[in-house]
Amino acid sequence: MFDADIWQEIFSTIRKNKLRTFLTGFSVAWGIFMLMVLLGSGNGLQNGVREEFADNAVNIMWLWTGETSLPYKGLKEGREIRFTNEDYDFLSGRAEDVDQVSSRFYLRGDITYSYGKEYGSFTTSTCYPALQEMEMIKLTQGRFINDLDMKEFRKVIVIGDDIRKALFKEEDPLGKYLKVGSVPFKVIGVSLDPGSEENRQAYMPFTTAQRLFAGGNRVHSFAVTTKMVNTAAEAEAIDVRVRQQLAQRHSFDPEDRRAMGSFNMLTEYIRTMKIFQAIKLFVWIIGIGTLIAGIVGVSNIMLILVKERTREIGIRKALGASPLSVIGLVLLESVLITTIAGYIGLVMGVGLMEGVNFGLEQMVAGGGGDQIFFRNPTVNFHTALAATAILIAAGALAGYIPARKAANVKPIEALRDE
Amino acid sequence: MIVLNNLHKSYITGNNALHVLKGIDLEIGAGEFVSIMGSSGSGKSTLLNILGILDDYDEGNYFLDGKLIRNMNETKAAITRNQMIGFVFQSFNLISFKNARENVALPLYYQQVSRKKRNQIALEYLDRFGLKEWADHLPSELSGGQKQRVAIARSLISNPKIILADEPTGALDTATSFEVMEILKEVNDQGITVIIVTHEHDIAAMTKKIIRLKDGLIGETIINGDLKKYREKVKSENAFSYV
Repeated sequence: MFDADIWQEIFSTIRKNKLRTFLTGFSVAWGIFMLMVLLGSGNGLQNGVREEFADNAVNIMWLWTGETSLPYKGLKEGREIRFTNEDYDFLSGRAEDVDQVSSRFYLRGDITYSYGKEYGSFTTSTCYPALQEMEMIKLTQGRFINDLDMKEFRKVIVIGDDIRKALFKEEDPLGKYLKVGSVPFKVIGVSLDPGSEENRQAYMPFTTAQRLFAGGNRVHSFAVTTKMVNTAAEAEAIDVRVRQQLAQRHSFDPEDRRAMGSFNMLTEYIRTMKIFQAIKLFVWIIGIGTLIAGIVGVSNIMLILVKERTREIGIRKALGASPLSVIGLVLLESVLITTIAGYIGLVMGVGLMEGVNFGLEQMVAGGGGDQIFFRNPTVNFHTALAATAILIAAGALAGYIPARKAANVKPIEALRDE
Repeated sequence: MIVLNNLHKSYITGNNALHVLKGIDLEIGAGEFVSIMGSSGSGKSTLLNILGILDDYDEGNYFLDGKLIRNMNETKAAITRNQMIGFVFQSFNLISFKNARENVALPLYYQQVSRKKRNQIALEYLDRFGLKEWADHLPSELSGGQKQRVAIARSLISNPKIILADEPTGALDTATSFEVMEILKEVNDQGITVIIVTHEHDIAAMTKKIIRLKDGLIGETIINGDLKKYREKVKSENAFSYV
């Protein structure tokens, strides 16, 4: 069935009907082209939004305190809630659903950073070593704060790239001492978040800051990572459980969002990703719909072709062609047209999206990619493979009805002289 | 070679059954040269289709080379046709986009003969009919007589036992018709059974046996020796019809 002759037969009929073959093929190519462009765009949008989440671990959760707004167990509203180092011990130890923890202590007022004659006002983030992983802090130089810095209350600091530029200019900042207020800190690393315009933040050990700036055992906020889950409902349940645990420790209503504020990234992340799954499904439905229109076109053309070739098929059958060989003739032609045309559409669609991707990468590399919610709009290999499989199946489907019609041609009727 | 016993065939269109063959008893031996005649509607084409396993019959028996042909599935019928029967048609039925050689070679394609070999055999057959120079020409570039010779070459290439020719001279002028009949006679001389359907008396007269069908039954069978008498009879019939 797959010998050279059958291909020759097919090519000779295709040659005879160039325009028709082209138009048929075009509808299939267009269908698969659209599918690829739609899928690529869907992916691009999803990747773009995922990039927005990439500043932090997706399972990060922030907790901060305020005043109670609801009475609780006989206690009046308006009480101030304060986190302490004991809460850190609790969260990093016994607390349920919590993985990593970093405490933060806010320095009061504007703090001036200075080095030599240069000075400026920058944000200080006091933290635990775990924060690097939680907030995905990338270093261009040196290292991040470690456990020893914490234990020994070392006066070390990791500065944002903008601080480095402002204070050190071209100088290598590592090992140099800069002053935070009046206290000298040794620079151990430089951080850079390429997606963000704000690199005006410095990180120092929480313990050092608490002791140095008279914090007692006060903690202003926590960043924690929670257990990873797959549904928004589960993520929300985690949020509720973490709130309940802390509410119990500090005697406030777990529903009281003024007493303790919290933001759970995971819920947002899962919700957003769910939307993209829906978009993806939608894109597939539209794409497949476009493809079906193309396939119906192929089927239609093949039907006409079979009708036109009724006499020829009759002759072949009289000369000993089996029904199977007649089916093969029509089916293979259909599969051939859809596969080749579809493949061309596939390559063009993927090519276009790769081109767009190249352009985007250039823009990002040029520093202008900040506002683009569209990243890597390409279709992966598996999708392309699936599309190819769909094409071949579609070709077979498009050819099946005409092929069966051809196989049922009665030689007597086909050969009857008008 | 061919034995028919009480063969019946009707076509059903809607509520009407058209009884075409009403009990044909016929025996054609190997190597015979037979023509089937009859007015239109006498059932001669139907009979030819049944003989060629292109159509099925309702009742009776059809033995081809000792084997009962009945309710064959399409694949088996195709194989039998390919091996046993060669077809020649009034309108030649060559495939228009294939050249003479490819047309002749086609039956061998369905026997899975390699391309090279079947093209070589096809060329031999074309040579036999004086068409070697025309091997690469498309049917549209050939004259009617040439086309029919190509068709005969095609019908012979698979070494069939029987040639079934449906009005083989119907589309040809007198001189070419005789040429084609001469070729069929040569074919018959090699021992192949040749059955032609025709309505032309002088064509039928060139065969060795004439079977006349009348209203779905065999009206009469005339053997070669009686042909002269038959011719006269036809003349008188024709004279009668002109009155």
